Amino acid sequence: MADVLEVDGVSLRFGGVLALDGVSFAVREGEIVGLIGPNGAGKTTCFNAVTGVYRPTAGEIRFRGQRLAGRKRYQITKLGIARTFQNIRLFREMTALENVLVGADARHGTSVPGALVRAPRHWAEERAGRELAMDLMRFVGIDRRAGELARNLSYGEQRRLEVARALATGPTLLCLDEPAAGFGPAEKEQLLKLIRDIRDRGVTVLLIEHDMRLVMGVTERIVVLEFGRTIADGTPAEVRDDPRVVAAYLGVPTDAA
Amino acid sequence: MKWAVAAVCVALAYLLPALRLPALTTPEPDWATLLFVVAVYVLLALGLNVVVGFAGLLDLGYVGFFAVGAYSVALLTSPNSGVPAGWPWLAALPVAIVVTMLSGVLLGWPTLRLRGDYLAIVTLGFAEIIRVVASDPTSVFKGDRGISDIPHPAPFLRHADGTPVFGVTDARPYYWLTLTLVIVVVFAARNLDRSRVGRSWVAIREDEDAAEAMGVPTFRFKLWAFAIGAAVGGLSGSLYAGTQGFINSASFELLFSILILAGVVMGGSGNLPGAILGGVLIAYLPERLRGIRAPAWLGGQDLFEWRYLMFGLVIILIMLFRPQGVIPSRRRALELKDRDG
Repeated sequence: MADVLEVDGVSLRFGGVLALDGVSFAVREGEIVGLIGPNGAGKTTCFNAVTGVYRPTAGEIRFRGQRLAGRKRYQITKLGIARTFQNIRLFREMTALENVLVGADARHGTSVPGALVRAPRHWAEERAGRELAMDLMRFVGIDRRAGELARNLSYGEQRRLEVARALATGPTLLCLDEPAAGFGPAEKEQLLKLIRDIRDRGVTVLLIEHDMRLVMGVTERIVVLEFGRTIADGTPAEVRDDPRVVAAYLGVPTDAA
Repeated sequence: MKWAVAAVCVALAYLLPALRLPALTTPEPDWATLLFVVAVYVLLALGLNVVVGFAGLLDLGYVGFFAVGAYSVALLTSPNSGVPAGWPWLAALPVAIVVTMLSGVLLGWPTLRLRGDYLAIVTLGFAEIIRVVASDPTSVFKGDRGISDIPHPAPFLRHADGTPVFGVTDARPYYWLTLTLVIVVVFAARNLDRSRVGRSWVAIREDEDAAEAMGVPTFRFKLWAFAIGAAVGGLSGSLYAGTQGFINSASFELLFSILILAGVVMGGSGNLPGAILGGVLIAYLPERLRGIRAPAWLGGQDLFEWRYLMFGLVIILIMLFRPQGVIPSRRRALELKDRDG
């Protein structure tokens, strides 16, 4: 399998703080990879570097062989990297459907002239966007709430809506930032299935998650960060038995996880 | 049904000059001129609404674009401007709109990377720069002396007796022309609002970072909002110059920007009927006050002199009791509520 994402010796410095210190790992096509580590290890920073929010101080990130340096965030999204946010960031006053449509618009090209004169492309893209959006809402299981304002959706529905919105951009790689935060056991179980379904749709998944059971249960490979460094990279079983991971991250016997 | 209502409203608007209700008309200016002024303000409110209401960019210097439009027409058409062009008004109009649009892009290019308050300050500065440059008597804009003899639109259109349709005695043609342009702009704004562009603007307004992460080229769409707003401002300025026949730097005071912004916010930011109502309010109310005397114990002046005091009061009252505007956009109302919460 080809590498979809290559993070190659990436360092990121904020003033005196070295948030990422030569992080390297790769994500292969069709994988579900977990990115774990204690609080402040640099997981979200790493996401932000991949999605173009921060520019690495050193090192390089390649997506399907293309260097991401110098690309704007929206261009990276259009290349095929989509994300969700740790703290939900929906467009709260838009309907659920409209939220997904904004994502779907990443595939579209209608701009001011086309919208003004109602060009055929405008209509075609509106129709395609709506179909795609409804399809994705069904996929994440919130299609009945399509016309509801995002702010009125329940917490779990909002998390799902964020996934649908990200998928609408047509990603090759989906970065999920703690998608199970605040979820109960039943919801986590559903999320597990959703993540596998996403992969079965042909989307590679990179997952930040605190819940060890969830990470161990769904990922094929886990990258462990500590103090901005990669300290382990392997299958869930390998990582679980890695003494450095146990010491640094879990701090408790592994069978408790 | 909705279309029928809209059609009736449009028909009524065109018939307004014939409708001289004593309760509505004012002693000065005459009814048709007042209608024209109202229509120009509505046009400005619609343009600013694209920037402030749709894209959520606070622009405090909208009069700058109005001025650029007016001066472009004046310089290109007037025989006694420093520019030896002497074009007819109609030929100068598209050029003025393009020039204004470019001025919007030029201002937006470096500044739209700023957010919120910073952008507001820069736009404020822009309008002041335009005014200060224009008020230099040695410049091509001639300061207070201004540029006169700006030709009226379409001098080839004439009544049966040979007097031009767009003349100095009858303001109705100007009103109808402006009203037509208002309708065009309303349709354009509506088409934009209900498209990928409008969605992107709402997304930018609500969460710019999330919008960018979802593939919205935020800078590009903010620049578009700025350019469109500027173009409408330039269009209004061109109309103003063509009607007055004379402009000088005193016509473009900062207060004017604030007034238009107040209109948009009062009427209902982000909502087309709201913006229209806002434009009507700020243009009509002061004129309606004209000729009404304050009670003697309050000094007995014409209430017109009190217009800004009244506006201040009205704005405070609206902000207290209906911060989303009189006819709000459903979405904007909720955004405001969220910000409080």
